[in-house]
Amino acid sequence: MSSTVATPAAEPRTNYLNVDYGWKSWVFSTDHKRIAIMYLITIAFMILVGGSFAILVRLELATPAGDLLQSETYNKIFTMHGVVMVFFFLIPGVPAVLGNFLVPIMIGAKDLAFPKINLLSYYVFLVGILLTLTAAAMGGIDTGWTFYTPYSSTYSNGQVALAAVAVFITGFSSILTGLNFVVTIHKMRAPGMTWFRMPLFIWAHYATSLIILLSTPVVAITIVLVALERLFHVGVFDPTYGGDPVLFQHMFWFYSHPAVYIMILPAMGVISELISAFSKKRVFGYPVVAFSSLAIAVIGFFVWGHHMFVTGQSTYAGVVFSVITMLVAVPSAIKVFNWVSTMYKGDVWMTTPMCFAIAFIGLFTVGGLTGIFLGTMGLDIHMHDTYFVVAHFHYVMVGGMVTAFWGGLHFWWPKMFGRMYPENMGRVSAAIIFIGFNMTFFPQFILGYMGMPRRYHFYPEEWQVLNLLSTAGATLLGIGYLLPMVYLPWSLKFGKVASKNPWGAKGLEWETDSPPTTFNFDKVPVVTEEAYAYPEGARHQPEAKVV
Amino acid sequence: MSSVDATGLAHHFEDLEQQREAATLGMWAFLVTEIMFFGGLFGAYVVYRTMYPEAWDNASNQLDVFLGAVNTTVLIGSSLTMALAVRCAAKGNNKQVAGFTFLTLLLGLVFLGVKVIEYKHKWDHHLMPGPHFELNGVVGGHEQIFFALYFAMTGMHAFHMIIGAGLMLWVIIKALRNDYTPQNHTHVEMIGLYWHFVDIVWIFLFPLLYLLGKHGHDIAGAATGGH
Repeated sequence: MSSTVATPAAEPRTNYLNVDYGWKSWVFSTDHKRIAIMYLITIAFMILVGGSFAILVRLELATPAGDLLQSETYNKIFTMHGVVMVFFFLIPGVPAVLGNFLVPIMIGAKDLAFPKINLLSYYVFLVGILLTLTAAAMGGIDTGWTFYTPYSSTYSNGQVALAAVAVFITGFSSILTGLNFVVTIHKMRAPGMTWFRMPLFIWAHYATSLIILLSTPVVAITIVLVALERLFHVGVFDPTYGGDPVLFQHMFWFYSHPAVYIMILPAMGVISELISAFSKKRVFGYPVVAFSSLAIAVIGFFVWGHHMFVTGQSTYAGVVFSVITMLVAVPSAIKVFNWVSTMYKGDVWMTTPMCFAIAFIGLFTVGGLTGIFLGTMGLDIHMHDTYFVVAHFHYVMVGGMVTAFWGGLHFWWPKMFGRMYPENMGRVSAAIIFIGFNMTFFPQFILGYMGMPRRYHFYPEEWQVLNLLSTAGATLLGIGYLLPMVYLPWSLKFGKVASKNPWGAKGLEWETDSPPTTFNFDKVPVVTEEAYAYPEGARHQPEAKVV
Repeated sequence: MSSVDATGLAHHFEDLEQQREAATLGMWAFLVTEIMFFGGLFGAYVVYRTMYPEAWDNASNQLDVFLGAVNTTVLIGSSLTMALAVRCAAKGNNKQVAGFTFLTLLLGLVFLGVKVIEYKHKWDHHLMPGPHFELNGVVGGHEQIFFALYFAMTGMHAFHMIIGAGLMLWVIIKALRNDYTPQNHTHVEMIGLYWHFVDIVWIFLFPLLYLLGKHGHDIAGAATGGH
């Protein structure tokens, strides 16, 4: 057992943070850990931007009348909320921050396979952000984040072409990251790190990277066609010339449905790590969980038509898409059951990350099951484009991905920065987030079922109570999100110094220093055991619990 | 900080073999993304060809098969010179690498030149998609979609060729600096893969855009008892 007592070293060792100072050592760094930190700061900024749009949406919906924003402005606000959150937080969130930091360390490599390409991906991402913010400043876009034609091509009053270029460019950032992960996981594993000894976090990132590589290019070319349509009226999606707007939806969802797995799979990888570490048990059915990630990646490519049940696609196609949608729920359910089984008879230690992990299981389950409702063709006719859909995907994306992101960030915070966060503050914010989240989005299921459509800025008066509840919950949720954004930076200076392995967890990342040196390990580690090789009936060390 | 030693080995790899394998896998994975990228266009092509077969034949017959065939030959030739350049790099003969790569670059530029001539013709004949599109006196027929895809597909292909031309210059510079050794010439190998990929895209574009229409035209003619 490695030391669990946090003793500040007399002479701080050289690590990736203090090896070099000055802005150049950051902006030109090819160290995957520093790039991860740059991504972290950037997406923290973007969640504030996207969050402020969300605040405006909820403020507008606090009253039945459309009194705060005009409908055109409202269209732009929810569009910007979607674009910023999807492309600049949900998709890069876990892979670009936690994945970038941890993938090489967890498999015992010194860096990702292509460090320069990794840095390039960050700057490509940054350019995408700057263009998006420019488009927002120049009048924004009002098409919804989905850029449906002909809203986006013929009727939009906004900066569609600029935003399209921004999304196109951002896509390449995720392609480069995915490419780097695939090659790193294939070719850079330490001796003894066989495929079935890899942590499930790695399996999840591998599956995610495959989706990124196969789907992102398709949305890239689709977005190019929309931009051409917008700029030169070439007619590919314009019915005036015989073009088919529904083709756009097919091409868009061919990417964007798999993209929801780009958002959730890495989060599931995080949860596997958290549940195992804080239950002191090997993940129940490890190979099944590993393969369920791949199964989601594969099946996820064949369900896009469930976004299009009401577009006039053939009923037979609809039935097939509906059935495959049911199938993709199976591997997700396997994960949920296996996480719960992992906790069974484990020594469950309710740290902040574990609180987030358990919140994830509940919220993701609600989000996932309501997805089954929507994937059922008949029911979808009723629920299509209502707040039921909004609630469903926020349960999966915010309740799922964002919750897992917070859990993972707290879990690996001591590894990333060598300091412990304040544990009780963490638990309090996890509780606030859980309550605030449910208060925000559960009423939306009811509203949607009653027929409240999405994307309108006014509604009948009898829905005000539920909407007000949702706005109040959003306020609570906002506070819950702001708390860690205050105490985590605070802990960098005032937090307790973290040991190598403050959680007594298994995994290569806990065998190196906190924070790690630039090349992660002093010498290449040799792996001799399975992932999560906790002995039967392992208990957390008593002193470890005093955090 | 990604330091590279005298043999060309980057710090985070164990040996040149691992580095080469990583680069090769990375390049193939990148080419997979390229296939999906062009795949979107090919998908749209198939959908519209099925929807508007006649317009498709009409529009296709506006293309210059002769120039298309010339360009196909030029590109296949450039793949040969590229392959020879890679072979010379494997032997460590940097001078020949520079020579063959220069030939590849030249053939690539010939291709782009011919493409410019073709585009100019289309421009002159009001075949640019948009409000002024006109074919056989009809404004804005479904043929416009064929041409939108024609320009999108060949344009994207030409864009890849231009990037390829830049890469050729890079290879020439490295070859003139004697950078390639029999142990380490991954760089030129990877760029060779890219060049061959761009060629293969054209091998699909040429029949789909230039030839199938002719073929369809003849069949339609035969079925209705000739023109």
